[in-house]
Amino acid sequence: MSVAILRQGDYLIASIQVDLSDSQVLELRDDLSERIGRARARGLIIDVAALDVIDSFVARSLGSIAITARLRGAETVITGIEPDVAIAMVQFDLDLAPLRTALDLDEALSLLDRLTQGVGEDGA
Amino acid sequence: MEHEVRVPITSDADLVPARAEGRSLAQALGFSQTDATLIATAISEIARNIVVHARSGEIVMTGIQQPHRYGLVIVASDAGPGIPEIDTALERGHTSRRSLGLGLPGARRLMDEFEVETDAAKGTTVTMTKWRPRDELERLRARRRERA
Amino acid sequence: MNQENQSNEDPSPQVPEVDRSLLHELVAYLRDNRTELREEWVARITQAQLLEVMTPEEIFSEVTAVYDNYVDALETGSIETLQAYARDLSERIIPRGVETHEVLGIVLLLRDVLARALFVEYQRDADLLNRILDAYEPAANRIAVTVSVSFVEERERVIREQQEAIRELSTPVLQVRDRLLILPIIGVLDSARARQLTEQLLGAIQANRAKVVVIDITGVATIDLTVANHLVQTVEAARLMGASAIITGLSSKIAQTLVDLGVDLSMMRTVGDLQGGLEEAERLIGHRPAAKGSRPDAAAT
Repeated sequence: MSVAILRQGDYLIASIQVDLSDSQVLELRDDLSERIGRARARGLIIDVAALDVIDSFVARSLGSIAITARLRGAETVITGIEPDVAIAMVQFDLDLAPLRTALDLDEALSLLDRLTQGVGEDGA
Repeated sequence: MEHEVRVPITSDADLVPARAEGRSLAQALGFSQTDATLIATAISEIARNIVVHARSGEIVMTGIQQPHRYGLVIVASDAGPGIPEIDTALERGHTSRRSLGLGLPGARRLMDEFEVETDAAKGTTVTMTKWRPRDELERLRARRRERA
Repeated sequence: MNQENQSNEDPSPQVPEVDRSLLHELVAYLRDNRTELREEWVARITQAQLLEVMTPEEIFSEVTAVYDNYVDALETGSIETLQAYARDLSERIIPRGVETHEVLGIVLLLRDVLARALFVEYQRDADLLNRILDAYEPAANRIAVTVSVSFVEERERVIREQQEAIRELSTPVLQVRDRLLILPIIGVLDSARARQLTEQLLGAIQANRAKVVVIDITGVATIDLTVANHLVQTVEAARLMGASAIITGLSSKIAQTLVDLGVDLSMMRTVGDLQGGLEEAERLIGHRPAAKGSRPDAAAT
């Protein structure tokens, strides 16, 4: 299984296990969109620690997933971006500002708690 | 020491092995973890370019050794329709404006040298290289490895 | 002669007078037969596949010098000259990739070639041969040890220099408080160093689970477009790892440079001085006041 999707309370946690092909990324987007709706999830965490490479397509897709999730009522947080992957990602001319990120699962859950409890956030 | 790896690119699934081979070769050549990631990412970008615009092609990765530096040369070639207006396509900011994006400007920023030859009749060849310096200690180690 | 063993000096050879004259005799023999003995030595070196990184011309030139120095050292018993030569030789050949076992190997081969030659020359008289060898062996062994140790010491020096150079490039990222890091940047910032700082900073963010990083550039005099871009990218990359970055110590000169270069500073938090930056950082970590309405949440996560 290339992506493990778990439910934790109001949140969905999608843990990517292996390097994904472009088709698999698009499938993931559709899959998550459907699941968020079904579970009425208020938050989505995507753990990308297993991705050695996040190129422009994957980065854009993560953004696209976040937009789709929000349309369905869930805030998205990406975790597990490694230092070297972060360095590569900022070389692209993409606007990554809309992507919310956290260092790890604990941080992601805290961030989602703050976001979904109606307390404003200071933008990480 | 010439390492050469060829990866055929015929579908988006081939990007996965292309990235892995690129990273692996970079590591074998002693590139840092960060540089290996940058290289694998650049390979991913140009491999996707092949899939999206030319349907199929090939990526050849070669490790080269010069007296004071190591290099990894990546040549991605396809027999596709070529890239129109290549000069603008390589400019910064161009990627974000097109829905698919060519990924070339990003790949260029990730590598040290970057050249594109493109032609509607012959297709496209992207040649990109990343270097790292050799130091004395490495030369000592390299000799030891070669004898072992 | 009173012997005190100092670390780098050997006691004078304990060679009785009569054997000293033998030493002179065998040294004279070795000098007279220099050419053919040297050739035999080179043949043995080639056969043992040593010094393959060197060209025949280089080998000839080095072995000539080694031979002469070897015989001189046999004669004088002086270690200093030999050590100086050995260090000099090592400095030349280490960058070429010559290794310890090769250096020891060629010195031992020379010792053997000369010992055999002495054997052949003096075998007419077993007693004389014994005394010749008694004079020769300790001196020859001391030479082997001296040359090898000098070579190894030179190699260690090269390695230490490399490590020092690496350390100099490193800049400490300081953990000030839980979840807060400071990266003080001092001196000239070029592209290579900037890249290295980025990697170290991101690594530190991960290791310390930092939420805020204060990058203080008070100590940076000037900055160019490449480095400015690195700085912007570093801030963005830190954010991708869930950490906010605050730039402090931006001089008016650098601020103006950045404006002139067209660097987009809108996404960067900047605070005039380090103190102000730390206060802002504390605010970010301790609680996150909402844009409007809600009161700050006092409990840190």
